[in-house]
Amino acid sequence: MTSTVSFLTTKPHLIVVGNGMVGHHFVEQIIAQGGHETFQITVFGEESYLAYDRVHLSEYFTGKGAADLAMTDGTLYDEHGVRYFTNSLVTEIDREAKQLILQNGEALAYDKLVLATGSYPFVPPIPGHKRDNTFVYRTLDDLDAIRACAKQVTRGTVVGGGLLGLEAANALKNLGLETSVVEFAPRLMPVQLDEQGGAVLKEMIEGLGVQVYTNTATTEIVDGEMAFHRMNFADGSYLETDLILFSAGIRPQDALAHQSGLSVGERGGICVNNHCQTSDENIYAIGECALWNNRIFGLVAPGYAMAKSAAGHLMGDAGVTFTGADMSTKLKLLGCDVGSVGDAHAQSQGCKVFVYQDELSQSYRKMVVSEDGKKLLGAVLVGDNSYYDTLLQYYLNGIDLPTQAQALILPAMDGAPVGLGVDALPATASICSCHNVSKQDISDAVCNGALSVGDVKGITKAATGCGGCAALLKKVVDNELLALGVEVSTDICEHFAYTRQDLYNLVKVGEIKTFAELLKTHGKGHGCEICKPAVGSILASVWNDYVLKKEHISLQDTNDRFLANMQKDGTYSIVPRIPGGEITPERLIVLGEVAKEYGLYTKVTGGQRIDLFGATLSQLPQIWEKLIAAGFETGQAYGKSLRTVKSCVGSTWCRYGVNDSMKMAIDLENRYKGLRSPHKIKFAVSGCTRECAEAQSKDIGVIATEGGWNLYVCGNGGMKPRHGDLFAKDLDDETLVKYIDRVLMFYTKTADRLQRTSVWMEGLEGGLEYLKDVVINDKLGLCAELEASMQHVVDTFQCEWKTTLKDPEALKTFRQFVNYEGSDSNVVFVEERDQMRPATEFEKQQLIAKVG
Amino acid sequence: MTMPWKLICKQENLIEGAGVAAMLNGEQVAVFYVPESDNKIFAIGNWDPIGKANVLSRGLVAHLQDQWVVASPLYKQHYELSSGQCLEEDIKVPHWQAKLEGGEVFIATHS
Ligand SMILES: Cc1cc2nc3c(=O)[nH]c(=O)nc-3n(C[C@H](O)[C@H](O)[C@H](O)COP(=O)(O)OP(=O)(O)OC[C@H]3O[C@@H](n4cnc5c(N)ncnc54)[C@H](O)[C@@H]3O)c2cc1C
Ligand code: SF4
Repeated sequence: MTSTVSFLTTKPHLIVVGNGMVGHHFVEQIIAQGGHETFQITVFGEESYLAYDRVHLSEYFTGKGAADLAMTDGTLYDEHGVRYFTNSLVTEIDREAKQLILQNGEALAYDKLVLATGSYPFVPPIPGHKRDNTFVYRTLDDLDAIRACAKQVTRGTVVGGGLLGLEAANALKNLGLETSVVEFAPRLMPVQLDEQGGAVLKEMIEGLGVQVYTNTATTEIVDGEMAFHRMNFADGSYLETDLILFSAGIRPQDALAHQSGLSVGERGGICVNNHCQTSDENIYAIGECALWNNRIFGLVAPGYAMAKSAAGHLMGDAGVTFTGADMSTKLKLLGCDVGSVGDAHAQSQGCKVFVYQDELSQSYRKMVVSEDGKKLLGAVLVGDNSYYDTLLQYYLNGIDLPTQAQALILPAMDGAPVGLGVDALPATASICSCHNVSKQDISDAVCNGALSVGDVKGITKAATGCGGCAALLKKVVDNELLALGVEVSTDICEHFAYTRQDLYNLVKVGEIKTFAELLKTHGKGHGCEICKPAVGSILASVWNDYVLKKEHISLQDTNDRFLANMQKDGTYSIVPRIPGGEITPERLIVLGEVAKEYGLYTKVTGGQRIDLFGATLSQLPQIWEKLIAAGFETGQAYGKSLRTVKSCVGSTWCRYGVNDSMKMAIDLENRYKGLRSPHKIKFAVSGCTRECAEAQSKDIGVIATEGGWNLYVCGNGGMKPRHGDLFAKDLDDETLVKYIDRVLMFYTKTADRLQRTSVWMEGLEGGLEYLKDVVINDKLGLCAELEASMQHVVDTFQCEWKTTLKDPEALKTFRQFVNYEGSDSNVVFVEERDQMRPATEFEKQQLIAKVG
Repeated sequence: MTMPWKLICKQENLIEGAGVAAMLNGEQVAVFYVPESDNKIFAIGNWDPIGKANVLSRGLVAHLQDQWVVASPLYKQHYELSSGQCLEEDIKVPHWQAKLEGGEVFIATHS
């Protein structure tokens, strides 16, 4: 009898079959992308537990309980309306009717289906394999059964000497059994190790009291005399044992695919494309059940990558594809280090091999390099994995090997360092492959205030998958901290033993007007590229002097010094202010004409302005002469200061608008345009709650309401998005401006250098409530001062370009060369899509070749 | 032998505490005027070998652990003004002897 369960929902129904590690990761990924709003999501799992950490399954025998290993207690699912059913085996897919049949006979319609059914242990069909006291090693239930049996007996044997078999052997040993391993192949870990590596490992494991039988085929299992079982071997010998654990490999769980006629591989596995779609476009397969490019990936990291690409594809992002994964591994098996990287078996065309073996301390290391000796192709490590991280990084990032490449596997003599310092890793180097965390992600986290390995883990999830990268992660974090000088103090640099906030107060209270004066009274030495611009910015926030004054000019970063944004080839881009994004046709034409005259590349920015690229140093004043004549002002896109106030047209044009967002945006931009702050500041104003200007992702966001304006603060888009906090509701114009004055000045006064408002808010003790207290209730008695400071900035605004054009001293600095009128011959442009762009290195060589 | 010193520009063309670019024998040179230093004037190559652009003259001058350096405006590596040595990478940019004499700036053409 089939009854049809229907759910009251109009959203398309997405069903996930299998709630293992990958199925769970998929749910996390799709929730992170808002998929629970697009789809009604339902999850079915055969096991009685929700997803748990199978990778660390063995810890179930060393003190961890099921709750410790659980990856979710269901809260995440509940909070996002994901329905989940454990103990629910899906037995059939009816693709015609687009429905699933459960074991209990119920049917359920789907629109999209994700199969994450993992794999099952392969048990060789040896006669007697179904006897009592035989087990597999895959689930918590398996381990419960093994533990119960082990309590009664003394001898245990693992069939299979691969990675999992050895892990299982370790578990049996931990349970107090006399343990043996029987392997059919001539060596242990045949997939990962070469012959010699396998031999060294065998010796080490036997040294630990585990019997290893390689090259041994079991023909039958019968009743034993001394023990429960007797295993008869092909060579006539036998082994008696009480408990047998099969770990002879895994097979993809593709039963549903077979049943429903999806295409499957010759040796099993559900065929998928780069989006993890099966031969039925509405059905995806991910994790160990999926066969990509004729390969199964029996590790969790590739499964996570598949989950990500399937989730992306379902959400309309076809950009995150799965294109294979690295299968390098390192582990400790029975206390022995074993590592395998890339082409461990030296099968690549023309490759060369280095080997190091030490029979005394039992270690073996092999390195496979390319024919020219420049790149690492693979490696095998037995006995000491301290070489692994370095080798893996050389391999994954294709870093050129050092001239004495063999040093990478030789023991360190005389303490000579062999490791590749984490410094040498490119920013793109993948540190945690389970969660796809790069070195850059870690340094971003550190820069944003994560000052310990724990914090970085929390933010990036690095080292929370298989944990194999924990040591490397620590090195990277330490290195980043060192680079920031963090572990020593909060001093801004070696020249000032103060924080930025201290310096701000010193400047203000001491009425200090120049860097030299501040250095003399409160610092030491001569300053650097950290303190100079920071102080330059503070001086500008407090006194609002012209930044190119003789005493300030050497404090400015190149962008501030030349009032334009330096691009990769040393040319500059120019962004005139276009308040609120409103521009007259006449001015638009001027921009076009100037761009045409100077051959500039033009692009509309995200902040609703127009950016003109490719101006040389000496062209900047000429171009600005024209722009200013047409009524433009500097847009300060080069400064750590107010950038733009993005807006929608609001009630003037839009039929939904409830207030004049356009006028408000222009007024706000004109009010705050001169403010130099710890970092750039972006605003937006929307004319109604439809929020077309995306104000909630800005430092200051304003949204028109029936009752006035809602103010949001400390939002951010970009690298680390943060939703702005609703600071106050239904404000009138005057109160709105008053609050913004105070918030911005309080930020300018108290933030660290280069700290965006979002990060500042996150570090603010007391958070939003505290900020409200300071700004609305004047808890610190600062409000009058904050407003006066802001008023000073507003009153002393000057267009820096206007001032510069009138200042011959300043103009002098815009010469390309002091002694030559020519231009920089390295600045070369080529045309693309009807505009110019910088030539690549390759194109430059081509052009030079043609000319020369 | 003739004097290797070549007149580059007047002192007033320099910017206190910062750099300017000059052309010497078809090569771009970044000339820094650092009044607090013993040397007062430094000359290193203008080419940033990491950013691959002629920009070092436009970097910020810094004093780190008793060395005068310039921070590249592109990716912020530091180069010693006296030797051209990069502090972060094993790279060196060219450097020249330079001096200030009678309000004029000279660079030695043999480096
Ligand atoms: C002891 C051990 C140690 C390991 N160590 C490592 C390691 O160090 N590093 C590493 O990267 N990997 C390791 N692995 C492998 C890793 O655990 C797997 O790669 C990962 O769990 C695969 O996840 P999955 O979701 O694809 O499959 P699974 O985790 O197997 O989940 C599949 C789930 O789907 C359920 N299911 C199947 N069919 C159905 C159905 N028809 N209806 C409903 N539910 C169904 C299954 O019961 C299961 O719960 C280890 C595995 C084991 C067993
Ligand atoms: S935010 Fe409101 S007023 Fe502005 S454009 Fe969108 S719908 Fe119209």
